Order: sequence, then structure tokens, then C-alpha cells
Amino acid sequence: MSILINNETKLIVQGITGRDGGFHASRMKQYGTNVVGGVSPGKGGQKVDGIPVFNSMQKAVAETGGNTSIIFVPARFAADAIYEAADSGVDVIVTVTEGIPVQDMIKATQFAAENDVNLIGPNSPGLISPGQAKVGILPGKIFEQGKVGVMSRSGTLTYEVVDHITKAGLGESTCIGIGGDPIIGMTFIDYLKLFEADPQTEAIVMIGEIGGDAEEQAAKFIKENMTKSVVGFIVGKTAPPGKRMGHAGAIISSGSGTAAEKIAALKKAGIPVANQPNEIPQIIESKI
Amino acid sequence: MKIDEYQAKEIFTQYNIPTPQEILCKTPQEVKQASRKIGKKVVVKAQVKVGGRGKAGGVKLANNPQEAEEVGKQILGMEIKGLKVQKVLVSEAVEIKSESYVGFTNDRSSKKIVCMASPAGGVDIEEVAKETPDKIYKILVDPLKGGLHDFQARNLAFKLYDDVKSVRQTVSILKALYKAYIGTDASLVEINPLVENGEGKLIALDAKFNFDDNALYRHPEIAKMREVLPAEKVEREAKEKGLSYIKLDGFIGCMVNGAGLAMAAMDMIKLFGGNPANFLDIGGSSNPKKVINAMKILLNDDNVQVVMINIFGGITRCDDVANGLMEAFDALKINLPVVIRLTGTNEKEGLEILKQNKELILANSMQDAAKKAIELANK
Repeated sequence: MSILINNETKLIVQGITGRDGGFHASRMKQYGTNVVGGVSPGKGGQKVDGIPVFNSMQKAVAETGGNTSIIFVPARFAADAIYEAADSGVDVIVTVTEGIPVQDMIKATQFAAENDVNLIGPNSPGLISPGQAKVGILPGKIFEQGKVGVMSRSGTLTYEVVDHITKAGLGESTCIGIGGDPIIGMTFIDYLKLFEADPQTEAIVMIGEIGGDAEEQAAKFIKENMTKSVVGFIVGKTAPPGKRMGHAGAIISSGSGTAAEKIAALKKAGIPVANQPNEIPQIIESKI
Repeated sequence: MKIDEYQAKEIFTQYNIPTPQEILCKTPQEVKQASRKIGKKVVVKAQVKVGGRGKAGGVKLANNPQEAEEVGKQILGMEIKGLKVQKVLVSEAVEIKSESYVGFTNDRSSKKIVCMASPAGGVDIEEVAKETPDKIYKILVDPLKGGLHDFQARNLAFKLYDDVKSVRQTVSILKALYKAYIGTDASLVEINPLVENGEGKLIALDAKFNFDDNALYRHPEIAKMREVLPAEKVEREAKEKGLSYIKLDGFIGCMVNGAGLAMAAMDMIKLFGGNPANFLDIGGSSNPKKVINAMKILLNDDNVQVVMINIFGGITRCDDVANGLMEAFDALKINLPVVIRLTGTNEKEGLEILKQNKELILANSMQDAAKKAIELANK
């Protein structure tokens, strides 16, 4: 088991003929992901690393039976790519693209929700169920199949944390970068529900950062609904207010969304919070 | 992106949102002439992109053109939160019967647009939100389902006014404001205060507009309004080079790949008693040019006593990053201690390359790097 992706995942890469799309299509294939097709309007009939390219998602799904898509389309066309994927009947859409206008995402997240599609991102490094499938740009080597579910608003920080988890011998069930933008599809609570129901997952690590109140809402949800242990780690304690810390969503606005508030909310809900990434494995081990 | 009040009001006018008669001025003489042209009492308002200008003395009433000139002299050139006032807006003084607040912003948790209204206008709305949150009314607007409906605007308007005439005006202002919000890809728009004047007419006395940087490509007329503040100059230049940089006031210069990891490195420095000089995310590439540019920014900051580089090689291989770093060090004169922590894909090969430069201080974890950097800074 795992969540969202596994060895039954059939992946279609939207924007496969672009530089990033092509590169990562090959990397995912090498990892063992079943990449069944790609989409690039006007380039149907071509092949990228042996993967057939189609003109539309509709055609790609019809021909390959694809059930998952990953989007590498440039920001100004990415919202349309999300609509197209949601309309095509796939179950999971992963949006890697960074810089999509926020108002586009307000509409696209709503559209995905109405079509019952799991939308991950945007501005996400994707997700991996080690040993089964990788849908994203995460470095496969640092992961090991195991019992910890990881969800994070960041990319390289996730790798840092995962590295500690893997080296401690715990391994990961599924690891997800939920996206660094202010408006994203699935949020921490959506993933918590899936991890709670997944038999492989024994504990969950939530990596949060400044901006918004997703961590506070997750804390409330964890206290009321989760039987599995959750460990928190929050970054941005030194971030000044009103400044975007790299991610579009990482900003303390009107004095709220600070790391201190989030840590306090987690602790209040009885969730242990690590001070540094290397403490995370020990905390997990003490809980399972 | 933020703009000034006078620019926000220009957009209001395009969307038929009533504003007072106003003239933008850059000298006290212009203020005098504007006051004469308006022909009644005026308010002279500093145009700065920070809040709290009223408290700082940047908004003043003048009874006649002479007074207006005098007030113009006081305000033009003054500093408000470090920003020099170079423009003022001369606005007709409006008789105020009541003040309220209306605005729109993107709501992260509901993933919709939120329309906010409050009868407590004319004061800092964030304070209202903190102290009397029940005085702020909100409705969620779904742009995928017809946007702001009349009934929604009406329901909010009735929270502000009892009389039908004011309610009708509020509805049309809210509808226009929503249209402006969508039409410009704004991330925040506020009228605070929205005032009822002596004749019962509603007027936007002040205006605030922030825009989504990612959507500016669709709005060249708004992108043109961008004014880079002196304090943001280095950040802006870094952005043009593909770097994400924010200056802080510490003494340990940080260079990290990835925003989350960068924040984690800064927090780590703080945890062990140091102070980060900056946030600097060089992104996912091992391009030596990026490393050189990043290093230049750190070296230009006089506060920086030591540089801490923290790289987690994912798709980017550590040996590529190491080669990039070596090239950067060859190209630059670096007279500060540099602590490097390099881990991830091809870590061994990367570290072998770094060992060629004897002056580099290698660290085996982020924690180790932070500790070593702090130690060196304290020397």
C-alpha cells in the first residue's frame, strides 16, 4: 500500500516535449514508474524516450488507460492543462509548474474538486511511493520503502528530512510535496485522511512553513481525528513579516502565519515539534 | 506588487467607483495651484507604499491655497518609515457622515475570493480584526460560479447601512470593485474608508491595491506602475538573476538551494545562537554563474562575517555543484571564511572536488555547518 500512487499508476506527462517535461519523464521511467504517454498539442505521433506523445489528454487517456497526470506546462498555460487533465478522467493530477496566477488557481482547484480529482500542487516537486512509483522531480535514491508518510510545503527541505528518516532505517510509505503556492489543491488535511487509512503508514511527518493557516487547521484535525502519530517541523522562525521567502505562499501577512503561531498550535494539539531535521527520526521511533 | 493611492484611484475611476476630486502634486507650488483649482478645503496626502502615514503626519487638512502650500512643504520630503515622500495627492475635503470598510482578497483556506465589509471604517482594519472580529462581515465569492452575485453584495450592504439609497450605492460599488479585482488580477483591494458625504453619496476616500506578480504579464499597464523602492533594489536585482534574496540584519551570509531548506538553515543558525544575514535561495541549478552572482551579493553586504553554504543535491548532482562552486571561487576574491555542507546525489565526488581548495571549511551536516559558521563569526 501507499497513498495516491503505486505500481498500478499509469502516468501521462503533460508538456513532455519541453526541456523539464522530457528530462523528468525519463527519470521517472528509470525509477520504474509506468509512464504510458505524454501530451504536447501539435506534437502527437512523436516519441520521447520511447514514450508516445498525443495531441490531447482525452486522446492520451483513451489510448493508454492513463490514470494519473503530471504537468510541466509553462505557468501561463498550466491552469488550462489542469482543466484538461481534470476533464480527461484521470484520478490524480500533479502540478510541478511554479508561478501560475493565483486567480487562475482559485478556479482550477474548484474545477478539480467538482470533478473529484486529487490535485497536488501547483509549485510541487511531486510525490513518491518508494519502490513503486515516482511522479515528480524528487531524487529517487534517497528514499526507501517503509512506514513513514511525509507531507511538506517544500522541496529540498523534504529531501533533507527524508534523508534522516531513510538513514534511521524507517523508510517512507509515500512522500508528497504539497506545493509552495498560496492556493493549492490538496492540503495537509486531505493527505492526513489518506495516511490514516493506509495500512503501510505508521507515522506521519508534517513539514510546514510560514504563511497561511494550513498547519493550524491540520493540528485541529489531527487532535480530533488521527489515531496515528504525527510529528511536526516548521521553518521560517527567522523570517521577517511581509516578505515572500522564496515560495509564493511563504509570507507572514498582517502579522499572522508566523512560525511561532504554528508551533504553538501544534504543541497545543499535543503534536511533537522537532527543532531541527535530525531530531525527527528519534521522535517517530518514540511514537511507534 | 503595490501601487500608490493615486494610482489605485485611477483604476477606481476606470471602473466607475466614485472618488473625491483630486490632483497629484510634486512641489508645494503645485499643491497651492491644485488647492486653488479645487476651490475649497483640501486634504494633502503623502503617497507612500506603507501604512500608518496619517499617524506619521503625512495627511493634513488645509483651509486655503496658502495653507495648502505650507502643508505641502511639510509633507513633501518628509520620511515615513524610511521612505521619502516625493508625491502628494491634493484631495477635496469631504464632509463625513459615516465611514465604513469594504475590500476583496484571496482566501487561502477556502480557496475562494473573500469579500469583506465592516461598519468600523477609517481605522486600521487589522486592529478591528484582532479586537472586534464580529464587526467584520465576510462572504466567499466563487469566480467559477458567476462571481459576486447581487444578493451577496446586497446582504453585505445591509450590514453597513439601513437605508435603501446607501445599500444600492454600496451594491454598485462592491460589484465594480469585484470587477476591478478580477480585471487586474489583484491580490488585495480595499476602500478604507468608504464615506457617506453630506449629500448622502458614497465615496472611496482612500484606496489600496496589491497585485499578483505572477499575473502581471496579462496587465502591462499595471506592470508599468512598478516602482522599485531603495530597500528592495538588491532583492530586485537578485530576482532578475534567478535568485531569491532577502536581506536581514545578522552576520552569517547564507546560500542554500531551495526556499524551505534556506529557511531551515537560517532557523538552525538562530537555534545555536547566531544570526542570519539573509535569505538566499539559488534554486535547483548548479550553474556556476548563479553561484558567482549569489556570492557577490553576500560579499557586498558589509555585515557578513562568514558565509555558510548548504546544498542538498537532488536531481542536481553534488559534483556539478562542487565544480560550479570552484569556478565561482576562482572568479572571485573571497576574504571571508566559507563553510560548506554538501550532501545528496554524488556527494563523495563533490567533496573530493571541494577538498582541492584548502581554504574551504567542510561540514558534514547542516547542524555542523551552522555551529562552525557561528564559531568563525565570533572569532
